[in-house]
Amino acid sequence: MADALLHVDNVSIRFGGLLAVNGASFTAEAGRITALIGPNGAGKTTLFSIISGFLRPTEGHIVYDGVDITGEPPHRLARRAIARTFQIVQPFAQLTVRENIAVGAHLARPARADALAAAGDVARAVGLDERLDQPAYALTVAGRKRLELARALAIEPRLLLLDEVLAGLNPSEVRDMVPVIRAISERGVTIVMIEHVMQAVMSLAEQVFVLSEGRVIAEGAPRAIVGDPRVVEAYLGHGAASRMAGAGHG
Amino acid sequence: MLSPVILFPAVLNGLMTGSVYALVALGLTLIYGVLHIINFAHGALLTAAMFAAFFCCTLLGLDPYLAAVGLTPLFFGLGYALQRFIIGPAAHGEDRNALLVTLGLAVVIENALLYAFRADTRTLNVPYAFSVVEIGPAVVAVPRLVAFAVVIVLALVLWLVLRATDTGKAIRAVASEKLGAELSGIDVAHVYAVTFGLGTACLAVAACLLIPSYYVNPTAGNAFVLIAFTIVVLGGMGSIAGALIAGLFVGVVESLSGLYLGESLGQIGIFVIFILVLLLRPSGLFGEQT
Amino acid sequence: MRAFAPIAAVVALLALVPLIAPSNAVLNFMVATLLIALVGQGWNLLGGYGGQYSFGQAAFFGTGAYATAILQVQYGVNAWLGFLLGIAAGAAIGAVIGALTFRAGLKGSYFALVTLAFAEVLRILASVAPITGAGVGILIKLDLRPEAFQFQSRAPFYWIILAFVGASLVLIRIIENSRFGAYLVALRENEDAAKALGVDTTRVKIAAMTLSAAITAAGGCFYAQYFLFLDAAIAYGPWVSVEALLAPIIGGIGTVFGPLLGALVVKTLGELTKLVTGSAPGLDLVIYGGVLVAVVAFAPGGIAGLLSTIRALVRRFVPERRHG
Repeated sequence: MADALLHVDNVSIRFGGLLAVNGASFTAEAGRITALIGPNGAGKTTLFSIISGFLRPTEGHIVYDGVDITGEPPHRLARRAIARTFQIVQPFAQLTVRENIAVGAHLARPARADALAAAGDVARAVGLDERLDQPAYALTVAGRKRLELARALAIEPRLLLLDEVLAGLNPSEVRDMVPVIRAISERGVTIVMIEHVMQAVMSLAEQVFVLSEGRVIAEGAPRAIVGDPRVVEAYLGHGAASRMAGAGHG
Repeated sequence: MLSPVILFPAVLNGLMTGSVYALVALGLTLIYGVLHIINFAHGALLTAAMFAAFFCCTLLGLDPYLAAVGLTPLFFGLGYALQRFIIGPAAHGEDRNALLVTLGLAVVIENALLYAFRADTRTLNVPYAFSVVEIGPAVVAVPRLVAFAVVIVLALVLWLVLRATDTGKAIRAVASEKLGAELSGIDVAHVYAVTFGLGTACLAVAACLLIPSYYVNPTAGNAFVLIAFTIVVLGGMGSIAGALIAGLFVGVVESLSGLYLGESLGQIGIFVIFILVLLLRPSGLFGEQT
Repeated sequence: MRAFAPIAAVVALLALVPLIAPSNAVLNFMVATLLIALVGQGWNLLGGYGGQYSFGQAAFFGTGAYATAILQVQYGVNAWLGFLLGIAAGAAIGAVIGALTFRAGLKGSYFALVTLAFAEVLRILASVAPITGAGVGILIKLDLRPEAFQFQSRAPFYWIILAFVGASLVLIRIIENSRFGAYLVALRENEDAAKALGVDTTRVKIAAMTLSAAITAAGGCFYAQYFLFLDAAIAYGPWVSVEALLAPIIGGIGTVFGPLLGALVVKTLGELTKLVTGSAPGLDLVIYGGVLVAVVAFAPGGIAGLLSTIRALVRRFVPERRHG
């Protein structure tokens, strides 16, 4: 059993009257791919924002590599080698692909030439090398998703948080991205991914946590999760599992 | 120094000055609440309104309160046109650009007035400018009392319009969720322009209320507007009640600090409050957290 | 080194002006232009590259000017030393205002408003405080010796301000190719994404503001030495804040040469206006305001933006050279 690199411990966050995350806990083992799934509005992205320092939880702790990092600001976490991508891509629109990635590469490299060179290497790893000198605003959706990934990789993370990096891609684009993600994991990076594209979750994830209405309702291997009636209910509504069982599915 | 005979009139006068500040601030807060831009041209537009009111009275012989009847729709139209045909299109949807465009407009309007009318200060002579009314130990100028009453009524009317009329509801919809409003078929550009027009119309009324007791020159509007900014920030961007209450509060603070500190330092007091509020609690006392 | 060749060429060309056209009118015009180019470059660093639009550059201009003037007049400090101290004073104010506003998380319109407020507070203070001469202002005594940073002819002044402008061009170019510059531009484009990549955006913004203030203050110090008279409306007046942002926006926001190009346009427009309509106050600013709106509406990249659009069009229509 691998060590836990990331441990989210009973985290809650309240916005005014809304409890967006309600005592959520999960663990990501080092070197593995962990998936966070659940219906829309379950609080997955909010949880990511908490882990990556953009929001402060009302309760609970985030423990990374044995250290309590709750409430540390995003740039400090980046220096701890935690990277995240955003659900709605956030490119540096007016900069070229190379310049975009270089911003990440600069974390470990003060010299401009080094950062630009490293950016080229990262771009090659995700398949963006043909577009290095194009402005980011000219990229397609798939290209922007790759750019988002490349930038995060440029800071040489140990923990990579991917927020729906496959959303908006057509099936062939998804098929192209999956091996890229797998290759990153094989290099030893711990990945936590929020994903709706089930084929990717099934083929990539080693451990799955299901979030619904702000709390974790199920966890386990991908195959086990898919058949779990609580998960079906979370996605399809109350009573759906039994209806499906009654109709001969599940 | 703290005797009620001195304090009471100071507070009363502060309330009345504050009411006009509140009216100016109302226009600003409405524009910010809906368009999410800070209208840097607000001061110049107020100055323009004051000049317009002044000339209505001196050239057409109208009473300033009567002039308001004509000037208010005129300035509504001006505001509508400015937003619809200049600010909106020029900004290309970017807040940074809207900032610059309203600044540019401010520079144009203020200096056009300077060029046309020189820097001379003019005042209006109205028969009732000096008539007073006694309230307890205080002697209050009638125009200022009238201004106070008009502002309260106007604020209520505006509030009702926003709550009850279709246009008002459309405005509130756009203010809280622009994309949704657009998808529901609301013409956002039109709503933006109407809101801007309403904000400018408030300035026309404020100008007519001010000129019986105030002077007119190309920088007159600015003095009010920095105070209006303070009020808007204090009362919360987009909150009508906040603008009203904060306006009265600021008027009283200014009056009292003028009493103890003198004119020019009183002005600094306003700025300092402004900066402090922005640094400590930009959403104001009544505003929503951004 | 290649990156600096255009800067060297431009500075060298401009250095010839007093030799080619030594008339006072030309030199006055060019000095005013270069002054606005310098002040505009200060704004450009924070606004163009950093995306934080300050409406109160006058705060730094005036501080530099008054510091230089007061140190000479009240304390007999050497003019050159006073100049340096004035820059330091401006930078210090920039650091303070930057720390206050950026730590409070202000951005966009709020930031613009606060900078405006700070400039106004300083203006009011300067108009009543005895040390700044209150309503009367400060007069630096005429003392036409180089040691006192005053010269018989305008040419030395011109070369000095040109040197400062040249230095600011070099500085911006260096920043463009540095990590600091990459971080600054990143936070302009998308602050959250920058934070997630390890950029301490607050610290970068404060540093940019401090530098911006120093550059602008240098303009203020120069103004004091050149015109020898200051009062609150001149030192901390809105005209500085407006021209400081107008020049880079017209010339090309976020580019090295933008402020210089824009300053030329602004001052030329000013002179043309005076020629056509005489010296009635206000008309030149009306035109400036109109140009600002027009540039934002139709050519947001300014002159530099138009030039690169033209270059891109030419490249598209001119057939490629054949290889081999």
